Amino acid sequence: METLTLEKPQSLTAKDFSSDMEVKWCPGCGDYSILKQVQTVFPDLGIPKENFVFISGIGCSSRFSYYMDTYGMHSIHGRAAAIASGVKAANPELSVWVVSGDGDSMSIGGNHFIHLMRKNFDINYLMFNNQIYSLTKGQYSPTSEKGKITKTSPYGSIEEPFNPSELALGAKASFVARTLDRDPKHMQGILRRAHQHRGTSFVEVYQNCPVFNDGAFFAFSDKETKKEEALQLEDGKPLVFGNDDDKGIILDGLTPVIVDLKEGGRGRDELWIHDEKDKTKANLIARFFDTAFDGHHFPRPFGVIYAEERPTYEDNMAAQIELQKEKKGKQPLQKILSGDKTWTIF
Amino acid sequence: MDTIEKQREKIVAKKEVDHIVVRFSGDSGDGMQLTGMQFTDTAALYGNDLSTFPDFPSEIRAPIGTVAGVSGFQVHFGSREIFTPGDSYDVLVAMNAAALKVDLPKLRRGGIIIVNTQGFDKKNLGLAKYPPDADPLNDGSLSNYTIHAIDITKLTKECLVDSGLGTKEVERSKNMFVLGLLFWMFDKEMDHTIKFINDKFTKKPEIAEANIKVLQAGWNYGDNTEIFTTQFKIGPAKLPPGTYRNITGNQAIVVGLLAASEQSGLPLFIGSYPITPATDILHELSKYKANGVKTFQAEDEIAGIASAIGASYTGSLAVTTTSGPGMALKTEAMGLATMLEIPLLIIDVQRGGPSTGLPTKTEQSDLLMAMFGRHGEAPLPVLAASTPSDCFNTVFEACKIAVEHMTPVILLSDGYIANGSEPWRFPNAEDLGTISNSFLQKANGADEKLLPYKRNEFFVRPWIKPGTKGLEHRIGGLEKQDETGNVSYEAANHEKMTMLRAAKIRAIEDFIPPAAPDTGADHGRLLVLGWGSTYGAIKTAVKEMLAEGEDVAHLHLHHINPFPKNLGELLNNYDKVLIPEMNSGQLLQLIRAKYLVPATGLSKVQGQPFTTAEIKEKMLQLLKA
Repeated sequence: METLTLEKPQSLTAKDFSSDMEVKWCPGCGDYSILKQVQTVFPDLGIPKENFVFISGIGCSSRFSYYMDTYGMHSIHGRAAAIASGVKAANPELSVWVVSGDGDSMSIGGNHFIHLMRKNFDINYLMFNNQIYSLTKGQYSPTSEKGKITKTSPYGSIEEPFNPSELALGAKASFVARTLDRDPKHMQGILRRAHQHRGTSFVEVYQNCPVFNDGAFFAFSDKETKKEEALQLEDGKPLVFGNDDDKGIILDGLTPVIVDLKEGGRGRDELWIHDEKDKTKANLIARFFDTAFDGHHFPRPFGVIYAEERPTYEDNMAAQIELQKEKKGKQPLQKILSGDKTWTIF
Repeated sequence: MDTIEKQREKIVAKKEVDHIVVRFSGDSGDGMQLTGMQFTDTAALYGNDLSTFPDFPSEIRAPIGTVAGVSGFQVHFGSREIFTPGDSYDVLVAMNAAALKVDLPKLRRGGIIIVNTQGFDKKNLGLAKYPPDADPLNDGSLSNYTIHAIDITKLTKECLVDSGLGTKEVERSKNMFVLGLLFWMFDKEMDHTIKFINDKFTKKPEIAEANIKVLQAGWNYGDNTEIFTTQFKIGPAKLPPGTYRNITGNQAIVVGLLAASEQSGLPLFIGSYPITPATDILHELSKYKANGVKTFQAEDEIAGIASAIGASYTGSLAVTTTSGPGMALKTEAMGLATMLEIPLLIIDVQRGGPSTGLPTKTEQSDLLMAMFGRHGEAPLPVLAASTPSDCFNTVFEACKIAVEHMTPVILLSDGYIANGSEPWRFPNAEDLGTISNSFLQKANGADEKLLPYKRNEFFVRPWIKPGTKGLEHRIGGLEKQDETGNVSYEAANHEKMTMLRAAKIRAIEDFIPPAAPDTGADHGRLLVLGWGSTYGAIKTAVKEMLAEGEDVAHLHLHHINPFPKNLGELLNNYDKVLIPEMNSGQLLQLIRAKYLVPATGLSKVQGQPFTTAEIKEKMLQLLKA
């Protein structure tokens, strides 16, 4: 018997998202892990494969789009955010992903980056941060630490680095998160959250460059140091870290203070509870970066730092178009051709 | 009680003339642009042919009363065909001393000057840098002209003494006095302007009333005072029958884009960053939200073109608009679009350069940049609009080429035609051609394989929209393998692809009309070859020379890359070729290089359009040599 069946959503696997292009990153590059996590997560997102679009810029990271069996454009240096804006504005149905690096996003593409955050297109922005220029073989990047010895800074970089999450928040990003290549499960969770968030989702991925900046983030993933150096953020949970979860962070006015949970004093009930929607606190957490707050060393936060629901650019654009259609109605072409004032010669 | 109306004793001579040039000139805050446009609209609606030339400084409000702040609006109208705003003017309105100083040199000897005397006090003469004790209105230096010195400010104030408006608002209405006076001089109706004022100030009826009162006072002043004894009558022009509107080049581009969107069935997207003199296109299109137009004011010039590339990639008719400095910033992205082989329209409304140059003045100096200004070999079609209304045809054709040949297209306009206006016999929507677009729906290679760079007989690859099931693929700026579009560093493939991209652009010559003289015969002693906004000046010069019995012709190029197929052959039909350009000889280089003809250039790089006289002089020189 013939019956009408609704087309089932595609049943996809990670393999379906793997293109036939040979992956050409260096052995041991953190990019492999990111590619794998994206391909792992994508089948579950409920989006038809043909609706995914990757827009990348230039750099090692930006070869990413060639390796995904989706629609993709490997564009020019720094401009992925601007191209993606046009893609999303023109067709909001598409699930648009930008893949970029720290140089591509924060240096040559800095202007597009801040404006994308502000405009809040529903775009997922993955910034692979390896704190180095790799494709050009090892120069300091805008996220390299001060004093970094590279080919262009043989006596040490004299520049203050950007703190990407602080920059994104300052640029009015509606979603800011950090994850790292060596924590696949964490990254998968963040990718899902980024996808779910309506608005620009800025995801900074700490990514190891084994050739030009090996081990830059190992402190956040190595067993011995991880619990001391990384702070795992969870919405509604207290800020606790340390080898035996023995350290916590409290707020003294607007100053974060690390407290020892073992030795009495200020106790667990005073701990700072993470609230993703609290922008003031998100700004403070974003500043847990090297020695912040009177030179105290803070653990580096991972997870969703900030998430705020606000209308997207494309929603506002569509609403304005709809409103004007209702108010004025579409002008027929002949009316546009003739304008308001005409005269006739017989 | 005196009940008898004063009998009118004034005798007014009515003088029929077939064309007149008026220059409205004043301080940037004097409202000369608005006055000029109102006068133009009225002349247009009456049926005069016309051409306008707004000529203003780049400073929004330069120091009041200085030469730097002078803003002019020139209108040439007539009962005969008009192709230029005029080499010189018959009437000069000068609202202050600076305006007189700047614009007197081009007033015809014997012409009429109307001045506002309050703009000629000691302070204003000083600001205009007249020598101390100079008194141009009374020292006899203007004896070659008919001068009407009127205290327009005082008359305006007297007229509005009971209006209850503040001094500023009262003084601001003085341009209406001038307009009213000019309407009287040229025997024009004021209805259109009265309606305009009422519409503009619906929410401020007291301002509307004041403006109309002053307008009327200006008209009455001409009608009643003894000093004006002549009214000029310029009948309607004998233009081809049809319905007309007045249009500027930038407006025509907007209408053309909307028409191209409609005729192609493609949604219109414009990604642009404000820049003089192109910004009006973005302004105007932003009003068409109800037609579904998506306008994106990008964060910079690069994001303007980059967003347009993104929109084109998804299947929109995508446009970016700019001027010289922005054009320079867009070049890398143009290279990407060339490599991606997607439709894109880049509109360059040229201005004086290099660098910031002369933002509000005109020039044709971006031609070679449009031709070659990209790294690597990246040929693109280049089209040039010749008059304000021609911007419509050119932008429509540019969209058609972009979509049907899958290529970025550069359209060159310039500040002169962008802001200048002329009557346009607009087409019927149903007579417009179509722009065919076809998106690939299923794999186009053997064994269900997708070949994104497989070309048709004109070397055109398919347009593939993201969201099309089964056609997922990657494109990018790295060199493509022929047909598959995969990244390829192979030596022979790169050469092949470079040649294929060039062949695709060359093949467009089969889709453009052959070159034919606009005026004059297809052979002769001298051909004047032009492109872009020099059209009006060249046409007028050639027509006059033909009337004087000279064997000359005018050919105007709309397609600069590729050139029309028969161009070389045609150029050889003339003994001499003259190429006037508002640059130092850019088309001249292209023509000499391609066709090896000994063409002569005529350059003008002054931020001002050619006068007919300048072109005629050079033509005569060549004919005599």
